[in-house]
Amino acid sequence: MGAGHAHRLHLPGRSPVHRLPAQCKLVGLVGFVLVVVATPRTAYWAFGCYAGLLLAVAVVARVRLGFVAKRAVVEVPVVVFALLLPFVAQGPRIEVVGIALSESGLLSAWNVLAKATLGVVGSILLAATTEQRDLLVGLRRLKMPGQLVQIASFMVRYLDVIADQMHRMRIAREARGFTPHGPRSWPVLARSAGALFIRSYERGERVHLAMLSRGYTGGPPPVLSETRAATSAWVSAAALPVVALMIAVTAWWTR
Amino acid sequence: MSAPVLEVSGLAYAYPDGHQALYGVDLALTRGERVALLGPNGAGKTTLVLHLNGILTGGLGSVRVDGMAVGRQTLQEVRRRVGVVFQDPDDQLFMPTVRDDVAFGPANLGLRGAELSARVRQALERVGMEEYTDRPPHHLSFGQRRRVAVATVLAMEPSILVLDEPSSNLDPASRRELADILRGLDVTVLMVTHDLPYALELCERSVILDGGAIVADGPTPEVLGDAELLAAHRLELPYGFDPAIVRTTRPPRSEGAGAALTG
Repeated sequence: MGAGHAHRLHLPGRSPVHRLPAQCKLVGLVGFVLVVVATPRTAYWAFGCYAGLLLAVAVVARVRLGFVAKRAVVEVPVVVFALLLPFVAQGPRIEVVGIALSESGLLSAWNVLAKATLGVVGSILLAATTEQRDLLVGLRRLKMPGQLVQIASFMVRYLDVIADQMHRMRIAREARGFTPHGPRSWPVLARSAGALFIRSYERGERVHLAMLSRGYTGGPPPVLSETRAATSAWVSAAALPVVALMIAVTAWWTR
Repeated sequence: MSAPVLEVSGLAYAYPDGHQALYGVDLALTRGERVALLGPNGAGKTTLVLHLNGILTGGLGSVRVDGMAVGRQTLQEVRRRVGVVFQDPDDQLFMPTVRDDVAFGPANLGLRGAELSARVRQALERVGMEEYTDRPPHHLSFGQRRRVAVATVLAMEPSILVLDEPSSNLDPASRRELADILRGLDVTVLMVTHDLPYALELCERSVILDGGAIVADGPTPEVLGDAELLAAHRLELPYGFDPAIVRTTRPPRSEGAGAALTG
C-alpha cells in the first residue's frame, strides 16, 4: 500500500473549524489571502495582526504550531527566492551587519515572505481541518466546473498509487545495481519517468473502461453527496476575511 | 430455465490494427449458473469480456443479454445488467471514498437520496464491507479492495456478474473469503481465470477459449480431468492436484450456507 499522503495534511478533529462546510472555509481562505495581498507592504503591524488572526483560528481548531511548522516547509523555494532579492535588486543600498543590501530588495523580500507565509499557513489550516473529499464537495458546491473537480478527485485518488509505483521502480533500479549520481544517471531517470507516464496513461484508459462499464456517459460525476451550508456557517467563516479587511482598510487609511 | 441470461453467437472481432482476437464464439449462460472461462494468455478472454457489456462492438455476430441485443440503443441497460469486475481494483475504484465509489454505478442509473444510500449499504453488506463505507479505497488491503470492487457492481443489481481473474494477487485467506462471498450471491457468474482449482471450487461448468474460439465446454470436473485437453491449450493444474479426488470429497453445493454468510 502507498505511504498515504492523504492523512499527512489532515488532522482529524471535531472543533468548530472542522465542522464548518468546506465551501465556506474555501471562500473564507481565498478572501483572507486576497486581503493580505492587497495590504501595503510597509504596514508592518497589519501583518502582525493577520498572523494573530491565523493563530486564533489554529487555537480554535486545536492545531498545534509544530504541526503547521513542519508542513510549512513547502514554502522553502519561495523563501530562497526572497532571500536572494536584497542582493540582486537595484537602487540605494543600506549597510546590514557589514553587507551592502538593496533597500527596495529588502522591502520586496519582506513583502514576498510575509504574504506567502500567511497564505501557506492559511492553506495548511484549511487542509488540516477539512477532509480531502469534503474539499472536492465544497468545490462542487461553489460551481467549479465538474470536469476540473473530477480531475482533482482523480489526483487525490491516484497520487498514492503512482507514488507507490514510482517507489517500486526505484527499488527495481537499485536492485540491479543502479546508484543515481551525477548527470550520467539522468538518462536512466528520464526513461523511468517516461515509463511511469505511459503506465499512468494506460491506467487512465483502464479506469475509463471501468467507468463506462458502470454506465458512465460523460459529464460531471453524479455522486459526491452535497450538504447545503447554513447561513450561520457562512457568517462564522466570513469572520476571518472580514476582520482582515478591516485591518487592511485601516492600514491604507493610516499610510 | 429456458431463456439464457447471456447468449453470444458467432462473435468475431479484429482490433483496428488488424489483429484478429475472436473467430466466431458461441456461448450461452442460463440463469443462476456459475461458469468459468479458462484459456491461456492471449486467447481472447478479455476481448470477449469487453464485448459482453458493449465496450467493444463492431465485429461480426451478436451478444444478447436477457434476450436484448447489445447495441447503441441498449448500451445503458446492458451495462446495468452485465456487471464487470476488472482485475486491478485500483482501476475499478476511482472515487475518493468507498461509499462514493459504490454509489457511482447506481447514480449513473438515476438513483438519488435514500434509495441510493440503501443500495450502497446493501451492496457493501453482501461483501461484508459495510464497516468501511467512509474509508478511502487506498487505505484498504488488496483483498478488501477486491471485495469493494465486487460491491460496486452488485450495487447495479446485475443479471450477470463477470469477474476478470478474481483470485489473482490474493492471499489464501482472502481468496477463500471471496469464494464464500461469490458462492453466497444469487446471481449468474462468468469467471475469467487461470486458477483452475478456484474454477473447480466455484463453477459447475467450464469453457475453454483458445485462439479466439471455444474449444471445450462441459462440467468443470470433466474439463479439468482431461489432461490432454488441458495440455493442448496451455492450461495446467497445480502440482499434485487431482480434480477427481476433489470431486468425490467436495460437499454438495448448498444455497443455505451462502445465505447464512451474507444474512
